[in-house]
Parts: sequence; structure tokens; C-alpha cells
Amino acid sequence: MAAPTHTAATAAPRRTPRGPLRVRRPRRHGSETLAAWLFLLPSLAGFLVFTAGPVIAAGVISLLDWNLFSPPRFIGLDNFARLGPDDTFWSALGNTAYFTFVSVPLTLLVSLGLALLLNQGLRRMAVFRSLLLLPYATITVAVAFVWVWLYIPHDGLINAVLGVFGIDGPAWLISDDWAMPALIVMSVWKSFGFGMVIFLAGLQAIPQQLYEAAKVDGASPWRTFREVTLPLLSPSVFFTVVTSIIGSFQVFDQALVMTDGGPGTSTTTLVMYIYRTGFENYEQGYAAAQSMVLFAFIVVITAAQFLLQRRLVHYDL
Amino acid sequence: MTSDVPALAALRRSPVAARRLLVFTCFLVTAVTLTPIVMMVLVAFQSDTESMAARPSLWPGSWHPENIGRAFDLVPLGRYLLNTIIFAGGTALLETATAALAAYAFARLRFRGRGLLFGVYLTTLMIPSQVTLIPQFILVAKMHGVDTWPGMILPHAFTALGVFLLRQFFLGVPRDYEEAARLDGANRWQTFIRVIIPLAIPAIATLAVFKFISQWNNLLWPLVISNSDSTRTAAVGLQVFQSTNGTQWNLLLMAAAITTVPLIVLFFLTQRWFVKGITMSGLGGR
Repeated sequence: MAAPTHTAATAAPRRTPRGPLRVRRPRRHGSETLAAWLFLLPSLAGFLVFTAGPVIAAGVISLLDWNLFSPPRFIGLDNFARLGPDDTFWSALGNTAYFTFVSVPLTLLVSLGLALLLNQGLRRMAVFRSLLLLPYATITVAVAFVWVWLYIPHDGLINAVLGVFGIDGPAWLISDDWAMPALIVMSVWKSFGFGMVIFLAGLQAIPQQLYEAAKVDGASPWRTFREVTLPLLSPSVFFTVVTSIIGSFQVFDQALVMTDGGPGTSTTTLVMYIYRTGFENYEQGYAAAQSMVLFAFIVVITAAQFLLQRRLVHYDL
Repeated sequence: MTSDVPALAALRRSPVAARRLLVFTCFLVTAVTLTPIVMMVLVAFQSDTESMAARPSLWPGSWHPENIGRAFDLVPLGRYLLNTIIFAGGTALLETATAALAAYAFARLRFRGRGLLFGVYLTTLMIPSQVTLIPQFILVAKMHGVDTWPGMILPHAFTALGVFLLRQFFLGVPRDYEEAARLDGANRWQTFIRVIIPLAIPAIATLAVFKFISQWNNLLWPLVISNSDSTRTAAVGLQVFQSTNGTQWNLLLMAAAITTVPLIVLFFLTQRWFVKGITMSGLGGR
């Protein structure tokens, strides 16, 4: 058989590297390249047709005046110019930013707090973990209805509980000021489980000796947390922050069900506005322009996070 | 440097009390967290008058299990559930299969442009699905795919995230296993199917479950692309339910609970697996 000799021939240079590390292996390279492209083909084809193509198309469509039914007309940057005086767009952008910058830190704190709590060596940890993960496993649309019910003014469960403490709860979802906080509370409840699991996995990967060393040094729990736990957990924190910011910028389901963007435009999110513009008003070009702005924001914020990552995230100690 | 709060200091001296406080906190947090889900189920079994009362009651005065049947009668809930299984299952299967193949190429095979192509894949992780929503809709509409399964499934069956996750995992599989298989005369495809895939089952299952959950949850794409009961998913169906039935809380929440149950069951069955999968794919840290 040919297989043994040919494996030996390729394995040899790797085991005894002489000179520069980049050893060319011309004999296998051709077949390996072919194999690689065959393995890549299904994913790459789908990726090109349904992701890369549409991204480019979105850029082109944002330059058109197009209602899907009559032929598109090229109008240059007019769609982007329209954004300037469009109050609803700016309020949608503001609402999305408000939602993101409140819900992401809150979710992070809750996930981290619960992960720390569950990581204290409890015997029934797995049971609590499963139960606390339940909200994450529910359908947003479905549980959004329960939250509407919980938020009913006057006699809803939440205001009833607040009443026990002598607090006169607001008319949550129909109040300009409280509709967004209500959406945020629901969203934190829905999504903290994901971060909690990631943090638990991260916490369990921290070598126990580090804690023992900290103990020998007489470090306080807070100091141990700040100087051992937090730095070693920073890759998980980074991953969770990046994914939850991207997710929050796309908030849609709960806002559609719970407030339908109201009262007024106080909970209209960017994605809701894109959806309305494109699929209710049939202004595909204008909707695409809005989505390009959303994209730009996400790119800027994600890039900023990757820059910060260099200073704040420790991949090893 | 830190002055201890007396209560905390006392707790540290008495491990039993500390442990009890810990368990109590866990119970409390879990109870608060589960309240909305429990309420969903309780209200779902209330009578029409009770659930519509001005002052909502927490515990059903009388139980109405027939609400289950009524929810199925009001809208084709069974059909919606089946549709959701086809949609979420189809995207999860296709995504996992294509991602595993691509991830293997990125993790194990050398070819020109590998770094660049992987970089392009990674960049697309940042693209919000709303950017591609309109072009994808137009593309599917042009190909007469509106309201069809290929039109529903294909645009959401290829994402960079799956490739990224599985590549992370494959990188951690020792090369010796593959070399051993090669020595036994296995070709690359056989090595992939018989060695790599079985080792990667937890990671692949994690990806499949995550994808299934996120697609079961997906409202926007089905809302845009399906416009009849033949492809309408449960998430969209609930929306229809609400608009055609006002706020008949007991039936609405019954329908909501019914569409959530399969997901929770799946989740309970697989969660041990995928907590392990998260740890192994390196998402949890190092």
C-alpha cells in the first residue's frame, strides 16, 4: 500500500524541523488544496449567495428609489439625505442606543452575579442552573405576551408586588418614560441565561491553585475577585459584551409585541423602523439606507471593542 | 485594606450560616426568575371571565384544561408547530453540516488564501441580519421562493458563526488521531467522518441546538417571507392569534405556552451536553 510511505514522508519534516519553520510540501499541496475547496464548497456557495451578495446588494439598493413593484430608479445619496430631517429615524436610533447601553451592562451584571453565585460549590448547582436558563429557552414572542400581562397598570402582578412595598407603580407599557425600562427588564430576564452559562464555563476553567495562592497571601474576597477572577474571566466577558451589543442593536420581537413601538415613538427601535419602511411602506431603498447606518454603527462599536480588548482582555496570565 | 461588614465577617466565621444564605439566595432568585413562566401556565388554565377580569387573579379559581383544545381550534397551532420544526430543524441541520465541512478545511487543510477567507467569514459575524433582510427578500421573491420551504430555510442556513465555533473545536482535536487513521489507510473524507465528527459530537450538538433555538425564536424573517398557513411559524402565528382574538389572555397565553413547551423540553434534554460544548469550544475562556 502507498499510504504508509507517503504519510512518513510528510510527517518527517514536522517532527524534525531544520532551518526555517515554513517547510514547503509540494507533493501533497495540490491534492490538499483541492480537498480544502471541496470541503468549503457548500458553505462558501451559500455564504456568497445569501450573505456576501446581499450585503453588496444592500449597498446598491440604498441608492435606489424602489417600491418593489415599479422599476427601480437610481437617486444617488438621496435616501441618506432623507435621514437628516427624519425625526422618527433619530428617535429610533436614540431608542436603540438607550436600550443597548442600559440592557447590556444590566444583563452582564445579572449573568456574572448568578454565575458567581452558582459557582460557590453548591451541591444542587445543576438544578438551579437549568431552571435559571429556562427564560433563555423560551420564545421571545410568547413570553412577551406574559410580560404584557404582568405589566398591566393598576392590578398587574408587578404593580401589585410594588404596592406591597407602598410603591405606586407606573402604567408601564403605556407610559412614555416607563415603556422602554419595561422592555429592558423583560429583555434582561430573557437573555441573562446565555451569559450565565458562558461565565460559568469561564469560572470553572480558572485553575484552583490561583485561589489557594490568593488565600495564602491573605487577599480579601473582593481583591481576589478583582485580581484573579476578573482578569481570567475577561475573554468570556469580552465575548458576551460583543455578542450582546450586536444582539441589542437588533432588538425587534419584544418591542413589536409589547408596545408596537409606542407610546408615540418612544419604543420604536431601528429594526422596527427598517421593517416598517421596507415592508409596510414598501420603500426598499430608504429601508436599505437605514440598515447601512445600523451596520456602520455596529462596525464602529465592535471595532472600538476590539481596540479596547488589547488593553483589558487577558488571554493568559 | 477593606473594612469588613460585620454581618459578612460573621458569615465567614460560620460556614453553615453562609451556606444556608447561599442556598436561600439561589431559591429566591430562581423563584423570581420563573414567575413569568409559571404565570403563563396558570393564566392559560383560567376561565375566560377570570382571565379577563379587571383585577387579574394569580391562581386559577377553576382549572380549564379544555383551553388547550380551544387554542388549537382558534388558529392552526398544530400546523404552525410543525412548520416551526421544519424551519428550525432544516436550518439547524443544513447549517451544522456545511459548517462542519468548512470548519474542517479551515482547521486542518492548507490552501492558498485560507487566512484571508477566514478573515472575511469572521467579518460577516458583525453584519446585522437586517442589512441582508431586504436583498434576501428580493432574491427569494425573484426566485419565486416566497412562502416555500427553500425560500424560508436557505437564506438562514449558512452563517459564519457555526464555521467559527466548529473550527475552534477542531483545532483542539489532537492530530495524532487523524494520523493514526491515515496509517490505517483511511482517506481524508473517511478521517473526517469516522474520526473528527464522532469526537466533535458535543460541539456539533451545541451548534445545532443553539441554531434550533434561535430559529424557533426568529420572528422577522418568517414574518417577511411566509404569508400563508402553509409555512407560517409559531412565532408569527402568535402574532396572528393576538390580532384576531384581541387580548383573550387565557387562550393567548395557552397558545404561547404550547409553542414554548417543545423548546423547553429540547433544552432540558440537551443542556448538559451543550454546557460541555461551550466549555470545549473555548467560548468560556481559555
